[in-house]
Amino acid sequence: MTGTERTGARPDGAAALQEARARSRRRVGVAGAVLAAAVVVAFLATISLGDYPIAPGELLPSLVGSGPARVEFVVTRLRLPRALAGLAVGAALGLAGALFQRLLRNPLASPDVIGVGAGASAAAVTAFTVFGLSGAGVSAAAVLGAAGTATAIVLLARRGRAGGSGLHGVRFVLIGVGLGSALLAVVSWLMTTASLTTAQQTLLWLTGSLNNVTWAATTPLLVAVAVLLPAAFVAARALPRLELGDETAAALGLPVERARLALLAVGVLLVAAAVAVAGPVSFVALVAGPVAARLAGPGRSSLPHAALVGALLLLAADLVARHLIGDVPLPVGVVTGVVGAPYLLWLLARSRTRGAT
Amino acid sequence: MTAVATVPEPPRTRRGAGTATTLLTAAALLVAVVASLAVGPRALPPSVVLDALTAFDPTNADHLVVTEVRLPRTLIGLLAGLALGPAGVLAQGLTRNPIAEPGILGLNTGAALAVVLAIGVLGIRSLTAYVWFGFLGAGLAAVVVAGVAGIGGRSASSPATLALAGAALTAGLGSVTTAVLLTDPDAFEDYRFWQVGSLAGRDLGIAGQAAPFVLAGLALALLCGPTLNALALGDDVARSFGRHVGRDRAVCGLALVVLAGAATAVAGPIAFVGLTVPHLVRALAGPDHRRLLPLAALAAPTLLLVADVVGRVVASPREVQVGIVTAVIGAPVFIWFVRRKRFVR
Repeated sequence: MTGTERTGARPDGAAALQEARARSRRRVGVAGAVLAAAVVVAFLATISLGDYPIAPGELLPSLVGSGPARVEFVVTRLRLPRALAGLAVGAALGLAGALFQRLLRNPLASPDVIGVGAGASAAAVTAFTVFGLSGAGVSAAAVLGAAGTATAIVLLARRGRAGGSGLHGVRFVLIGVGLGSALLAVVSWLMTTASLTTAQQTLLWLTGSLNNVTWAATTPLLVAVAVLLPAAFVAARALPRLELGDETAAALGLPVERARLALLAVGVLLVAAAVAVAGPVSFVALVAGPVAARLAGPGRSSLPHAALVGALLLLAADLVARHLIGDVPLPVGVVTGVVGAPYLLWLLARSRTRGAT
Repeated sequence: MTAVATVPEPPRTRRGAGTATTLLTAAALLVAVVASLAVGPRALPPSVVLDALTAFDPTNADHLVVTEVRLPRTLIGLLAGLALGPAGVLAQGLTRNPIAEPGILGLNTGAALAVVLAIGVLGIRSLTAYVWFGFLGAGLAAVVVAGVAGIGGRSASSPATLALAGAALTAGLGSVTTAVLLTDPDAFEDYRFWQVGSLAGRDLGIAGQAAPFVLAGLALALLCGPTLNALALGDDVARSFGRHVGRDRAVCGLALVVLAGAATAVAGPIAFVGLTVPHLVRALAGPDHRRLLPLAALAAPTLLLVADVVGRVVASPREVQVGIVTAVIGAPVFIWFVRRKRFVR
């Protein structure tokens, strides 16, 4: 791609470097703008499409509270909370996944793979099947489960005999996978002990769904994400130094352990907030980081892009889930998995044939 | 150095210690088999078990329990373990990734989806038929993962790519599975008991059907020891020792698929054994895959049978399925080893 319009002498090294930097900055900017626009379109489509379609002309007035009463009821009472929840859940999962993957330097290390999602699921399903809770009770259990599991993984990874801080790399991931397996087995067992109806509801929750989201669930989620998103970006400022290795980072004046704990905490809370509302939606956290990195250019600090990719993926998947098969509203998690998996496989296959990675 | 180099052998433990480890593991397996035949809601002394096997009396209720219930169950456990242990070693050796296992590579989910489709779409309700579908699903999943990660191709695929491809497939196939189950309550009712992984309720026909595959896969896996040792040094080094990396991977990958598919088909998706057992035997026997593979084939059925016995006793008269017990026993052991050991990278 380079050098197509080269006419004169070769540019000297500094100029070439500068040009390359400008190009990658442009790419980051363009990718971000395009993603943001796509998120807005998906958000508006989520609100306007449905059994009671709303024309674009009616949409904006009713969003600001000056539309016809009937339209406004559908928009603000039924669809807006769901669309906002989709936006927030997707952004939270996408950002959390990218944070985990970069912090633990492992593309598999998204929170659903290393057991945080399993912890939330185990706690929520216990609350659901054993204690018969619903709604806010299940959400609270999911948050506690995610936070408790993450704490356990941190403590177990930290005090090992193997030396090192243990909060990064293979050991952390392995302990997370181990704990996650046990917790998922507990979930499976609870499913066999429950009645068929309860088990089916559990399966629905475990898949991840926005079908029954109301303002009561969306409002706390929005508050949580409004606090956690900026916090994540602040904490993420330590990432480039952390990626230089612990000694170098410490030499540069970074409190390594504290930075890492802060990043983990923000990531876990983001996941917990998302799972509490929508259940452990598969794949968004795993896929958002790689896709964002692909769009924003290799080696970019693409965390905002990961949040946007997550939001876009979730909103689009929810649209498809609602309208794909006639009257059957599928849970969004079915679609994120079915759509996300081939896409990631394609990315992987493509990067291999081009010799990248 | 001579012109044709051989792959350097990983350091062995002292030969005596190695033999002792093997003998101890084999003895543990024997104890587990006897326990699996003797322990349950109706506990039987080993002498009665022996009588039932050697001098079977069809009017004796105890003998019937042994031959009709516990013998098939023990054989299923043996088969599943024989398959799962080496499969785990193969998965970790092929991907050079300590968190790899048939489950993480998507093979269990592939098998599970095929079984679900058999139940939900084709209306098949026989555990015997599940064997074939489980096998088919694991094979297709492996082909996709191998194709994406390029195991057979000339370009070296990074272990991360392979594992990521498996994770992607797992998520995608899991979603399709869920979609089928949400729309078909009957299929879900069958599936939720199948998916925990259990040795109970399978008859000898299933064992007979799966046994040739397990044995063939096992034989192939045992041949893969030197290959995995070479691959552990990295593709380039392995090539410089004259190995055909792509072909070697394909052969060992085939063994992995056969073993994982057969295990999932006979006992359901028991994920934890394939992850734990390789780490356990590596701690006992070091890094040489020629020793790891047979040891894993002894240790995995031991773990499975002990877990199954525990599951029968712990919540008696109800029972906890073996897949749950292996996870709950396996996780702390696994975490203990992870904490003790310094993992490279």
